Formats: sequence, C-alpha cells, structure tokens
Amino acid sequence: TPHSCKTVPGPGMGDFSYVGIDAILEQMRRKAMKQGFELNIMVVGQSGLGKSTLMNTLFKSKVSRKSVQATSQEKIPKTIHIKSVSHDIEEKGVRMKLTVIDTPGFGDQINNENCWQPIMKFINAQYEQYLQEEININRKKRIPDSRVHCCIYFIPPTGHCLRPLDVEFMRRLSKVVNIVPVIAKADTLTLEERDFFKQKIREELRANGIDVYPQKEFDEDAEDRMINDKIREMIPFAVVGSDQEYQVNGRRLLGRKTKWGTIEVENIAHCEFAYLRDLLIRTHMENIKDITSSIHYEVYRVRRLNENNTAVAHANGLPQHHMTSHEM
Amino acid sequence: IVWWKCYRSEKQYVGFATLPNQVHRKSVKKGFDFTLMVAGESGMGKSTLVNSLFLTDLYKDRKLLNAEERINQTVEIIKHTVDIEEKGVKLKLTIVDTPGFGDAVNNNECWKPITDYIDQQFEQYFRDESGLNRKNIQDNRVHCCLYFIPPFGHGLRPVDVEFMKALHEKVNVVPLIAKADCLTPNEIKKLKDRVREEIERFGIKVYQFPECDSDEDEEFKQLDKELKECCPLAVIGSNTVVEARGQRVRGRLYPWGIVEVENQSHCDFVKLRNMLIRSHMHDLKDVTCDVHYENYRAQCIQDMTSKLTQDNRMESPIPILPLSTPDVETDRLIKMKDEEVNCYVIMGNITYIG
Repeated sequence: TPHSCKTVPGPGMGDFSYVGIDAILEQMRRKAMKQGFELNIMVVGQSGLGKSTLMNTLFKSKVSRKSVQATSQEKIPKTIHIKSVSHDIEEKGVRMKLTVIDTPGFGDQINNENCWQPIMKFINAQYEQYLQEEININRKKRIPDSRVHCCIYFIPPTGHCLRPLDVEFMRRLSKVVNIVPVIAKADTLTLEERDFFKQKIREELRANGIDVYPQKEFDEDAEDRMINDKIREMIPFAVVGSDQEYQVNGRRLLGRKTKWGTIEVENIAHCEFAYLRDLLIRTHMENIKDITSSIHYEVYRVRRLNENNTAVAHANGLPQHHMTSHEM
Repeated sequence: IVWWKCYRSEKQYVGFATLPNQVHRKSVKKGFDFTLMVAGESGMGKSTLVNSLFLTDLYKDRKLLNAEERINQTVEIIKHTVDIEEKGVKLKLTIVDTPGFGDAVNNNECWKPITDYIDQQFEQYFRDESGLNRKNIQDNRVHCCLYFIPPFGHGLRPVDVEFMKALHEKVNVVPLIAKADCLTPNEIKKLKDRVREEIERFGIKVYQFPECDSDEDEEFKQLDKELKECCPLAVIGSNTVVEARGQRVRGRLYPWGIVEVENQSHCDFVKLRNMLIRSHMHDLKDVTCDVHYENYRAQCIQDMTSKLTQDNRMESPIPILPLSTPDVETDRLIKMKDEEVNCYVIMGNITYIG
C-alpha cells in the first residue's frame, strides 16, 4: 500500500537537505526553447477594420496576408476565403511559429447569412486533423498544432451596440474557440463614447450567453480569477493599429498622425492596444493555448467519438457500444 | 502557406520572450511527478540509496525477512509515494520497489511481475488517454529503472542479462554497481569495463544519455562526457552522518577509514543524483513517453486488431473513427453490414474487418 510522507532530512543534515529538483524547470525551459512555440491567431471582421494592420502592430513585423501578397487594390471577394500565413519569428532566443489566419469576405456580402459556417468548418477541420494524428498507430513525437488558439473579432466602432451579425458569430464560435472581441479603429470614439459602447457590448454579450476569453468557468484558482476579473471588466479592448512611426516628444512611436494630433498606439491614455498585446502575448498566451487544447479540443473529440460509436452501432444493428464507465 | 524569417531589433520588443516564463509558471503551479523503480537482489543497498538520493526515510517501518521466511516469498511490487518541495517546485516522487527479486533458489522469470507491472501502467495510461474524460489523467508509468548489479562477481550474471533484456524495451534501464565500497579503484575500473563490454555483447539497450546541444557551455559538455565515460555508475549509499575531515557528511565509518557518499573520488553517487534529478529527469520522462510508451501502444493496437480478425470479438479501449466525413462512412458501414460483418475497427488509415 502506498503511503505518503514528507521529506525527512537525515539527522544534522543542515544544508545537505537539497535534492535539486528545481533543476527540472531549467530542463523544461531548455527543451521548450529548443522546440520553439506555435501560435495560431485568426482575425475576423469586415473589410477595412484594420485587421491586417493590427496583426502587424502586435508582432511588429509584416506578418499579415496583405504584407505578403501584393494587392494593388483590395477587392472584396464574393465568398469567404480562409487564408493562412505563417512566419518564424524570434525574440531573445525564443522561437515562435506564428500563423495568422485571415478571413476576407466575412460580413462583406449583401446577404451574410451563415457566413460563420466556413470559419466554423475551418476550425473544426484543424481539430479533426489533430485528432486523426493523435489516434494514428505510429504517431509523430510532436503533433503539429494547427488548431486556432484565438479568434480576434473586430467590432466596428459604431458606438451604439452589437449588430445581429456580431451576436450570431460570437454566439456560435465562442463554443468552439477562444474569442477575443476588440473595438476596431477606436480613434473615432471619444473616451465617453468608448465607455458607453463597451458597457453596451458587455451587456449584450451577457444577455446572449456569449462567453468570450477569458471565460469565467475556466479560471483555475482565486489568483486567476482576480486577474481575469479585471480583464473581463475591460473587454472589449478599444484598439488602434499602425505600422508607421512618428516622432513624438523626441521619441519614435507607432501612431497615426492627424491634423489635430498624433494617436500613439502604445499609449494607454490613447487606446487599449497595449492591454490587448499584453493579454495575448505577454501574459495569457500559454493559457489561451491551454484552453484550446484541454477544453475546446476535448469537447470536439468527445463529440466525434460519441458520433462514431452511434454510427457503428446503427450500421451493425448492435446496441450502442458504450464507453466503459471509467472513461466517463 | 508562406514562410518568412523575421528578426527584430531590441527596440521592437513584442514580448513573447516571456513564453518560457508563462510555461514555467504553469508547471510550478501544477508540479511534477516522477516514478523510479529500483530492482536487484536483497541487500544491494537499494533502500539506502533511495533515501540518500531524495533525503527521505521511506523505509523506517520496514521489517526484513529472514531466509526461512523468504523461501516462499514471491516478487512483490511495492509503491512508496513522497511529496517533495524545494524552492517552490513540487515533485510527487513514486518509488517502485521490487522486494523478492532474485532472492529465490529458482529465479526463473522472476522479472515477470515487474514487466507485468510496467505493462499495466502503460495499459492504464492508454485507456485513460483514449477515454472521454482526459482532464486529470494520472501518469503512473515508470520513468526509470535502477538496476543494482552486485559488486562481488566478475561482471553480469545470467539473471542480470535476462532481467535487463526483459526490460530494456519497456523502461529506461540504468545499471548501477552496488555497494561499491567493497572494491578498490582498479577493481571498479575492471568491473565497469567488463560490464560495458557485456552490455554491448548481449545487445542490452540501456538508457542512452542524449547528445549535448552544440550551444551548451564547455563545463556542461565536459560533465556530460565524464558521465558517459563513467557508466555503469558505481554507487554507495548511507543513512547515517559521520564526521570526516572536520565536516559532517553522509558516510560509512570503517576502522580503516571513512567512505563519503558525496565525495566524487569515493563513488559516483553525486553523478547519479545529478543525472537522475538535476539534468536528465525530463529526458527520462520524454523517452518513456515518446519511445517506450509509443512502442507499447503500437504493439497493443496491432495485437488487438489481429485478435479481432481471429475471433470476431472486439473489446476496444481505443477510439474508433472513420477516415472521412460521417456521410461517406455511413455508406461504407451499410455496405459492410451486407457482408455480414460483426464489427470492424478503423484506425488511422487501416481498416480491419472481423
């Protein structure tokens, strides 16, 4: 019978009582650095809301679809396209494969019914691909992860409330992917208008049962909840993007220059870009990936397994093969 | 998909360099686990070594059996679990003990309970991993097996060879020369050379230390080289503290001198501890997951499907999934039903019909 006991140092061990298990953190870090990280971000919103610019601003590189394709004139496609662009980026020895998934055509048609479908299909296809690899007999040591970790949804800065399209999209997609809604091109809103708009949006999200990231039910402990509550009181972040630098007070900053002043993208008095960046990259990136793999993907997997059991049973006229109880 | 390489200057700091810290924070919160098996005849100093390695006292309530009591003893598997915390890092350490191994008069296949145990843990993990609720899977797989070779002989005995061969494709085997304080430096060298040569000759696949990364510092590379040259490690353990050279040390007091466990010129204990805990714990777990477990899983699936085609019965702990979309699959299922199939298994790209 196993029994538990605390570490009991030998008599008079003094500073011999050091086993050295904290070194495992260093071992993990080395391995992680060697392997590098993957991040897949999807951007969704109508044309002209600054999606590509925002991605470029977030990663301070030309990572978006537009920067890679030469487009002299942006034509609105007749259907929704899903376009993935991947980059290897590196910072202080940490390597990341960043994939930005753009969805040109979303919300741009006259009739936008079901425009979430191709996006839903794409997200599920990534889960399916991962699942197939996972159940393979000879599987790869590290399954390539193309699952969408985060979907940034761009809300146009109307200042009033969410549109039916916004609600429909977020309602459906929040069940399969982490949604981070942002107010795009927020430099058309004054601070009061911004606060009012945000409040309305939060109310509508609540009223429609839409759980955006960070979802309350996935807070791990009191510490998490405290940090995430603060974030939940601030979303959606009102952002402004720019890949142009301007001279402001002797410093070169990313911004938008107008006749009435220069909007500094990274200045939190001007817009909330810095909060979005901190959330997505500096503090919650690992958590976003975690929720994707341990919750959204698992939900998909369970559904598929159950679907299939039913199909097999029906086809063979057998009573449904229930997964044994220890697996539930 | 388009690929670009982007390097940025200092001022364009994005901030994802914090990723390792984010992972770090998550790991510290969750804690680690490690399962270590010790195997070898009674009296090889296994318990003492474990206590020395982890600064614990796991065996204080143990009752040692005498020869008569041991006649009918079979090999048991006993687990001890210890929670260790150091500098905020939590480790749940499980020691799997194998009392009775090699102690009987007839030791034929005495490793079977041990290989069965290892397989059971793999099977449990396989079931859990294939199940519907994967939230809190417990990993009880054995990450490393320390095998204690007696220092009294002239190399590996038949039981040593057979044991290691029975285990080398299921677990990371680390052979040790036990109670090395009964050997002179020359004798140790001869014994190590002999054991190394026999390991190679008998095709025993002991745990291989991974190659050093090219970007590691010279000190690390040197230590790594020394470690590899020292194998199998000759160890001495102690539960007592003695005074040597004006200091209190873990050691063994003899009339002719004091053996210091942590003195590298006396034995390889420090090398073992550093390897096991401070530098290779993660790799031991990785090799267990990526190699030993995957081999088990692949073999298990193959066995199940060949059994399936034999006797038309299926008990599958693994998920069954169609290759393509559900619609295409239903057609295929219906077609198969016409052929009076009882059940079938599709895994990956292979369909097995029973």
